Amino acid sequence: MTRVFVSRDAASLALGADAVAAALAPHATVVRTGSRGMFWLEPMVEVETPAGRIAYGPVSPRDVPAILAGTAPSLGPVDDIGFMKRQTRVTFARCGVVDPLSLADYEAHGGLAGLRTAREIGAAETIDTILRSGLRGRGGAGFPTSIKWQTVADTEGERKYIVCNADEGDSGTFADRMLMEGDPFSLIEGMAIAGFCVGATKGYVYTRSEYPHAIKTFDAALAVARHAGLLGETFDIEQRVGAGAYVCGEETALLESLEGRRGQVRAKPPLPAHKGLFGRPTVVNNVITLATVPAILTGGADAYQALGMGRSRGTMPVQLAGNVKHGGLFEAGFGLTLGELVNDIGGGTLSGRPVRAVQVGGPLGAYFPPAMFDTPFDYEAFAKRDGLIGHGGIVVFDDTVDLAKQARFAMEFCAAESCGKCTPCRIGSTRGMETVDKIIAGVSVDANTELLRDLCHTLKFGSLCALGGFIPYPVLSALDHFPEDFGKPAALAAE
Amino acid sequence: MAVYEPWNEDRAADIIAAKAGMEGATLPILHSLQHVFGCVPTEAVPMVAKALNLSRAEVHGIVTFYHEFRRTPPGHHVLRVCRAEACQSLGADQVAAAIRARLGVDWHETTGDGAVTLEPVFCLGLCAVAPAALLDDTPFGKLTCDKLVAALEMTP
Repeated sequence: MTRVFVSRDAASLALGADAVAAALAPHATVVRTGSRGMFWLEPMVEVETPAGRIAYGPVSPRDVPAILAGTAPSLGPVDDIGFMKRQTRVTFARCGVVDPLSLADYEAHGGLAGLRTAREIGAAETIDTILRSGLRGRGGAGFPTSIKWQTVADTEGERKYIVCNADEGDSGTFADRMLMEGDPFSLIEGMAIAGFCVGATKGYVYTRSEYPHAIKTFDAALAVARHAGLLGETFDIEQRVGAGAYVCGEETALLESLEGRRGQVRAKPPLPAHKGLFGRPTVVNNVITLATVPAILTGGADAYQALGMGRSRGTMPVQLAGNVKHGGLFEAGFGLTLGELVNDIGGGTLSGRPVRAVQVGGPLGAYFPPAMFDTPFDYEAFAKRDGLIGHGGIVVFDDTVDLAKQARFAMEFCAAESCGKCTPCRIGSTRGMETVDKIIAGVSVDANTELLRDLCHTLKFGSLCALGGFIPYPVLSALDHFPEDFGKPAALAAE
Repeated sequence: MAVYEPWNEDRAADIIAAKAGMEGATLPILHSLQHVFGCVPTEAVPMVAKALNLSRAEVHGIVTFYHEFRRTPPGHHVLRVCRAEACQSLGADQVAAAIRARLGVDWHETTGDGAVTLEPVFCLGLCAVAPAALLDDTPFGKLTCDKLVAALEMTP
């Protein structure tokens, strides 16, 4: 029977992929994969032919007979679709291609070669390879991965941990979810390499409860890996599930939560690398960071380092989300401009109206107007313009968006999700929400705007972690770039 | 459709004992209790405290810190509608308002017939197919009120 491939990614299921797979099942061998990340084409079906996999999409169960008969209009070979062709897939090379729970499939597509290399060259040389690759933490902070690993390796401890942060709470991001659903063994391999390098015997993956499909797939992958002897006495991994607290994406709050307490942020120092989980030396890395390590060891540090710009080396899985025509995951070297990503690759808005704003980096990221679309996707370039790339999510808004409302939402979100440990965030967020309300209502607009800016300054410099520290980004960027939404002339609103 | 067990002290004691030896056992135990009873029953709090050598206040603090843990069981279905920015950009606020009106409930409330509990959620990772929702464990993309009502009618 013909082999066909249908995604089992949660976003594909949300558009009806299961019904399409069920319609195909009596007539073809259906392989459920992760998603290629072209969600405007989902549910997508790929049919195996001598000329490669031919894609069809979006498909409904009614289209199935025509697809099997070869009479349905196709998108051509999947690798030739423009959105795929323009990418440099390193971390997501296997996602959408392989059966996520087949270890044989994983190995046939280059899996486990990274772990073998690490064992051959040894821990020190492996960390050096990561150093030369220029890999920085993909969770948002962009801290050099090798330095973190070296610190844990150099710290004495009778027990050390690898903790994977899979609490992907930023709106507009879904790369961790896609990888855990589409290529979970790459994360397992990355964690095993990390464990080998620093001398850790236990790994935890902290996954958010809002991701039931990722949790299920990853637990199944752990069982397969354990059965194959990939995990066990020397190094084992356990998945733990969060409980709906955004702040647990902050590494020290995550550690508190893993230890069984309220997810309240810890003051640093001590760094988790010195005193982390249960007071032991701990590596805390994001899913994408860890899952990229095997590919770096396989492809070499130089090849990875050759991609990107400035101090942002390698590739970033950019997630195009919200009101965008071609929403999905686009992995490419750092350095594409925001405009290229939103307009050329994303195709502009889904609604067909003009783009008015994009929020980059989740709820703590800045709102940028099209006038700033020349900003290259790079940690430093965004920081220079009072923004952040965070975990790589871009949320597009058309001209119906009200930025004063978005600024209020940012404060409301911070108030709801603040862990309560530090005063600026706990109290400032609620006062901030009230102050934005006053500005929207037209009450002493100038005085209240000044007050809001002052409050943002306090939050930025007085908060313990990035939640309170970064919430000024969306608020101030809305004020700076979209002053007309706050009911006053632009000239007066500019600082 | 989720069926929850009524409160049973022995059952709770078994659940707690099965996980009390784990590293950082609190969240796994609370999740298991909620899975069985539909919530973290008040009666279970002192039991968890005793098993983990914590004070009752500490366990209470943990239960109430996390949005996900309930104090009372939900309806037969839990509908989680995303309210985060990506979904907002495609009209999630209006969709949510229509759903609330149609079901006759506000956030965190259960319909009069006990069929559905409506919960807000901040991101389901379905941001490229917004607006999104999760009905029990079934994801929905490009959500409309009509689509959801049809799904609820199809779900026993």
